[in-house]
Amino acid sequence: MEQDKKNITTGKALSRRDFLKAMGLGAATLTIPTVVGCSDNTEITEQEPPKGKMTYRTNPKTGEKVSLLGYGMMRLPTIESNASAREDGDAEIDQEMVNRQVDYAIEHGVNYFDTSPAYCKGRSEHCTGIALSRHKREEFFIATKLSNFSPDTWSLEAGVEMFQNSLKELQVDYVDYLLLHGIGMGEDGMETYRGRYEDNGLLEYLLEQREKGVIRNLGFSYHGDIAVFDYLLSQHDRYHWDFVQIELNYLDWKHAKEINERNTNADYLYGELLKRNIPAVIMEPLLGGRLSKLPDPLVKRLKTRDKEHSVASWAFRYAGTYPNVLTVLSGMTFMEHLKDNLRTYSPLVPLTDEEMKFLEQIATDMVSYNTIPCNDCKYCMPCPYGIDIPAIFVHYNKCLSEGNVPHDSESAEYAKQRRAFLVGYDRSVPKLRQADHCIGCGHCVPHCPQRIQIPRELHRISEYVEELKRAKQGL
Amino acid sequence: MLRKIRIITASVIMVLITALLLDFTGILHHWLGWLAKVQFLPALLACNVVIVGALLLLTLIMGRIYCSVICPLGIMQDVISWFAGKRRKNRFTYSGEKRVLRLVMLGVMVVALISGAHVIVALLAPYSSYGRIVNSLLQPLYLWGNNLLASIAAHYESYAFYGTDVWMKSVTVTAVAAITLVVLGILAWRNGRTYCNTICPVGTVLGYVAKFSLLKVRFDADKCKSCSLCSRNCKASCIDYKSHTVDYSRCVTCGDCLEKCNFGALHYGPARKISGKKKDATKAEATHDEVRRAVLMGGAIVAAGAVTAQVNKKVDGGLAAIADKKEPKRSTPLTPPGSHGARNMAAHCTACQLCVAQCPNGVLRPSKGLKTLMQPTMNYDRGFCRPECTRCSEVCPTGAIRKIAPSEKSSLQIGHAVWVKENCLPAWNGTSCGNCARHCPSGAIMMVPLDENDENSPMVPVVNVERCTGCGSCEYVCPSRPFSAIYVEGHEQHRTI
Repeated sequence: MEQDKKNITTGKALSRRDFLKAMGLGAATLTIPTVVGCSDNTEITEQEPPKGKMTYRTNPKTGEKVSLLGYGMMRLPTIESNASAREDGDAEIDQEMVNRQVDYAIEHGVNYFDTSPAYCKGRSEHCTGIALSRHKREEFFIATKLSNFSPDTWSLEAGVEMFQNSLKELQVDYVDYLLLHGIGMGEDGMETYRGRYEDNGLLEYLLEQREKGVIRNLGFSYHGDIAVFDYLLSQHDRYHWDFVQIELNYLDWKHAKEINERNTNADYLYGELLKRNIPAVIMEPLLGGRLSKLPDPLVKRLKTRDKEHSVASWAFRYAGTYPNVLTVLSGMTFMEHLKDNLRTYSPLVPLTDEEMKFLEQIATDMVSYNTIPCNDCKYCMPCPYGIDIPAIFVHYNKCLSEGNVPHDSESAEYAKQRRAFLVGYDRSVPKLRQADHCIGCGHCVPHCPQRIQIPRELHRISEYVEELKRAKQGL
Repeated sequence: MLRKIRIITASVIMVLITALLLDFTGILHHWLGWLAKVQFLPALLACNVVIVGALLLLTLIMGRIYCSVICPLGIMQDVISWFAGKRRKNRFTYSGEKRVLRLVMLGVMVVALISGAHVIVALLAPYSSYGRIVNSLLQPLYLWGNNLLASIAAHYESYAFYGTDVWMKSVTVTAVAAITLVVLGILAWRNGRTYCNTICPVGTVLGYVAKFSLLKVRFDADKCKSCSLCSRNCKASCIDYKSHTVDYSRCVTCGDCLEKCNFGALHYGPARKISGKKKDATKAEATHDEVRRAVLMGGAIVAAGAVTAQVNKKVDGGLAAIADKKEPKRSTPLTPPGSHGARNMAAHCTACQLCVAQCPNGVLRPSKGLKTLMQPTMNYDRGFCRPECTRCSEVCPTGAIRKIAPSEKSSLQIGHAVWVKENCLPAWNGTSCGNCARHCPSGAIMMVPLDENDENSPMVPVVNVERCTGCGSCEYVCPSRPFSAIYVEGHEQHRTI
């Protein structure tokens, strides 16, 4: 008994069950009062994610086992900044932290790392390369993309150079997964796709590289115009896509179109891939964090059902429950994100039908909040007129979910909510970068992967702010 | 007793009036706005018969107590003088009245008021001097303090404080305020109320009224031991202990002498039967005083050639730099709604900066024009004159900006928008814009094709001047920089549309 007590006080984070086991006591003996007083007050802390429990999916072509959690290298940690390299583009990337987190991920079974020449202002591949070069090549799969968005990189030479540079930066001689990046984006999705990959013969080059084994799996990531997605799948017999990366989460499954009629629901995308037995790589399982930062009432409902797991874990379990999903990408800036996701997938506990319905209800309610589907990806930036588009949307969404977008000036809470909205607005966005300075030139529109009608939304917010300001003098 | 009441009252008034001049949230003026309105010169300019009458009556009863408890500039000098007195006790001496100088300064003021030499009026107005000191020297510190609290509040997701811009509104006003503070500070440190008893026209007027006041500081010659303590503690230098006389035109009824006298030879009250001999001391020596006065006047006129430090906007990767807007050369400067126009503004404003301090939209700022120097004018680089806001009209104590209701404001035309084709984005590169039309609160701007024969040519704004109020919303949101492609030209006389 004494020894057991010591065991507790020396601080090994035992769960209560372990503790009881260690004492070798059955439930019946617990009723006997003892000196130790086997009370409920034991030291329990958040558990470290277990090792060797990761759920894997099999790539049907190669038979390789891919971890269900994929590491997205888009939001790398930075030095002396509490934001990721995505939010704070000028901050120096914290390579030491990247190494530590990559090591930790690999230790816990993660083997899929997704980057792009465009991420973190072009520094992501380099940092990923450094972190992964410290591991055996067969321990990880690397995914990168041909991110030739700018029309001056649409030539074959520029594309080949970009691919060769990726190999160099990543310090590898072959890429496990290569994606045509952001298919369907651009003012005319089809024309942009042809310009980037078909007319210049770049796709042919990539197919050759696949033949040679420099590219082990070839696929594409899709955003935007559904015509391009359908076209590429119709060419499956010709190109044999090894995987396709799509956006899938419990909001986009059925509501993507509701939120923006130019978008496509994930159930269609997933269904089309399943039909052809093409594995799906999932991006935006959290919708850029929006599914972890839910409106307070929804957080309460999720937490009431599952008090001990994070709000985000629901979204990850959701994406992982679909069997044709190869891996679910998450841009984990902080160690805490990584640990939380590892816990969720070590192993995955698939959602029951009932839980799926529950999330569907959450999604329906979320749509009713009318948030703007901005994921703060900053592809729209910089606005030539200096507007801070994502900051405006983030503020608006935050106010919506906190109930600070009042419309009824008669209501008792009006003054308080109005103040929160207006004061918060000036805090989040400098005056000259606010929505009233949007002239509607439309430069941003083709860049938005969520296809938000940015000028229309900005004008709507500007009108709303004006309405609030006119309601009374001062704040 | 008189002294204690005076100190308590003066402290309260000083704190409140300073708070009024510092406040930017628009809350305090509802409670404290009257403090500016009871100031003598502003009330006189506002033709507020009740207040002027009341102040004169107060002076006729109690002497120049106004200068001790209501005038913030007077209280400020007392504070400085009090600190000086901590270092050197009994430091004052009696000196004769500089009557010629006082009357000349009063004459200058009257002539300036009548002839419209507004700069001189503004420089001589005591309350306004204090307003400028607080607005340009103290308010920035206050705002920075507030912004610190706001950033702490933001950290805790509290909306108790909100940040506000701190910017140099006028080099001239800041320089004038600094010089005023330094000169007055030196004078008050060395000789107490010199300014009030030589230069200040309000002091002179009230001083001659106070000669006839009911209650006065009076000598009881029988009790006086001629110890000179009263004279040496009179910051107005108006007690001649030798002749047992007090110069009532200079006495500000502070009560210091009453408490200093160890023999009860001085009391404050109505005339007694046995009145002391009346003798006016008119000797004018003290040349160094005149030197100081020269310094003061010279200082007020010299404007320091400081340069505004341009604060470069911090630009991070994802945000395009935004060039600062430059003020267009308006042939008629803008004056705020309620001011009726340039003439009324010029005739009434004493440049106290209260409206500038209060303007929540960053629109009002001191004018640079020589004839309207330091009086408020408007520019739309930081915001526009919002339709629901009438704050400047609520706070103005002088009637330069008369009180208006928001409903009146919506139909008040202070200027009209002018389109500058050369700067307009759609006109020179075909970008679709229309931001001015989208934001015009009175619907005075319409978008029409640049080429009347081509419906598809770029849409450019046209202004229906009859509906335009001159609020500047168009100028503010115009993307063209540094000069807006649409700007507001002021109207000399405002009118209702």
